[in-house]
Amino acid sequence: MAGRGKILGSFAEAVADMPDGAVIAFGGFAGPGTPYNLIRALLAQGAKDLTCVANTTGGAHQPRMPDVAMLVENRQVRKVICSFTAANRPTDVIPFTRYYEAGEVEAELVPQGTLAERLRAAGAGIPAFYTPTAVGTELAEGRETRVINGREYLLEYALPVDVALIRAWKADAAGNLVFRLAQRNFCPIMAMAAKLTIAEVEEEILPVGALDPDHIHLPGMFVQRMVKVPPPPEGLWTVRRVERAR
Amino acid sequence: MSRPLSGGPAQAPTPASAPATGWSRQQMADRVAQEFQDGWVVNLGIGIPTLCSNTDIGGREVTYHAENGVIGYGPVLPPGEEDLHLVNAGGQNVSLRPGASIVHHADSFAIIRSGRIDVTVLGAYEVSCRGDFANWKLAGAKGGTIGGAMDLAAGARRVFVILEHTQRNGAPRLVRDCALPVTARGVVTLACTNLGLFEPVGEGFRVRELAPGISLEAARAATGAPLLAG
Repeated sequence: MAGRGKILGSFAEAVADMPDGAVIAFGGFAGPGTPYNLIRALLAQGAKDLTCVANTTGGAHQPRMPDVAMLVENRQVRKVICSFTAANRPTDVIPFTRYYEAGEVEAELVPQGTLAERLRAAGAGIPAFYTPTAVGTELAEGRETRVINGREYLLEYALPVDVALIRAWKADAAGNLVFRLAQRNFCPIMAMAAKLTIAEVEEEILPVGALDPDHIHLPGMFVQRMVKVPPPPEGLWTVRRVERAR
Repeated sequence: MSRPLSGGPAQAPTPASAPATGWSRQQMADRVAQEFQDGWVVNLGIGIPTLCSNTDIGGREVTYHAENGVIGYGPVLPPGEEDLHLVNAGGQNVSLRPGASIVHHADSFAIIRSGRIDVTVLGAYEVSCRGDFANWKLAGAKGGTIGGAMDLAAGARRVFVILEHTQRNGAPRLVRDCALPVTARGVVTLACTNLGLFEPVGEGFRVRELAPGISLEAARAATGAPLLAG
C-alpha cells in the first residue's frame, strides 16, 4: 500500500512549503485534537495572508498553547472562519478580539454544526445543502432560503480547504489514523475537506498493516504527511486547562 | 422546591437560601434538571446549564451529549484523575459513563439537527414570550459566540433556557421582543430564572412556579412582558 514517504522527521519540514494565501483548517476542540506542534512550526515558517478555519481562535484558557490567534498576532492571517469570534463569557476578552475589533483581520462567524457540515460536504463532493440552523437570525439576512415540507431552511455552501492540520493518537505508515476520545472532533472531516492533510501523531507510527482496518477512523488516503510528537518538553502535549482569572 | 441531594466531585456547596433574590445558579440548574425524563438525551450549554449534570434526579437516567461528539459523559473529574483526551463542550475534563460512545463533529451535529436531542439547556441574555431567545451577541459587539447554540436551538426537540431574571441594572431579560440578535425564533418552551419557572405562551409568560420567597407581584415588576398566573 502507498505510504512510504508520508512520515517526516520534523514539524518544520512538514509545513516548509505552506504557501501564502493558503486556506488551512485546524482540528481540535478545547484542547484534544489541536495540532499544537504544527501551529508552532507554522508560526516559525511565516506563511502570510492565510485563511484559518477552526472552531475557535483559542487563547481562552491557561496555560496558553499555540493557537490560531497566535497566527493572527504574528500577522499571518487575513481571515478566520469559526464559530466564536468573542469570548464565551462576555466579561472575558480573548486575544483574537483585539485584532478583530481593530479591523486587522476578517472573520466569518459560522454556527458550529454548519461549520462541521460545510466541511463534511466539501469532503463528500456535495456543493451545498439546506439546514434549519440560523433561520430567522441575523446570519440568514439576505441569503437564500427554501421551504421544504413546510419548514424554512438556509442554503449553505461546502467549505473546501487547501490544508488540514490535525492531531491523532495512533497511525500506521500508510497514514491510517485512530483518534482517542474527544480528540476526533473536527479532525476527520477537515482532512476529508482538504487537498493536503498533515497529522501530528502521539504514539510511535506503526508499520503498515499493524492497525485493525475495522478500528481506523480516518483512512490513509486522506492523510499525506505525518510527524510523531516527541516527548515533552520538545513536543507539545495537551495540559489541563485552567480558567483565566476573572 | 427544596434542593435535591446531589453527588459528584464537582458539586458546589449548597448556598444559603436568599429569599430576596430567589434561586442560586446551582438551584436553577437543579430545578431544570428535575424536568428531565427517564431516557432523555440531554445537551447542556456552557455556564449555568453545565451545573445540571451535578443534580441527582433520582432513578431517572439521562444521556449527556456534548457537541464535540461525546455521547454519555459523566461528572467532571478532579485534577490528577482527568483524562486529557476527554472534554465536554465547555472544555471540562469529564468522565465517561458505561455505554458511552464517540463520534466526529459532523455526526455529532447530525444527532442534533435530526431531533435526537430530547432537550438542550442553554444560557441566554434574553427570552421573549413568543419563545425567541438571544444568547450569542451583545449590543454593539462586533464578534459573537454562536458555538453550537443555533444548531441546538434549531434541532433539539425542546429548548430550555436558564438566565438571571434581570440585568445588573434591573432591566428585564424576559421580554416581549428580544432587543439583541436572536439565536432562534419560537423555540423556547421553558425559561428558568432566579425568580422561578416561566413558559413563553405567546401573549406572555405563564408562571409555572415561583422560587421561595418570590411573590407574583415581585416577578411581574421584574418582567418585560405579561405574566400569566399558573
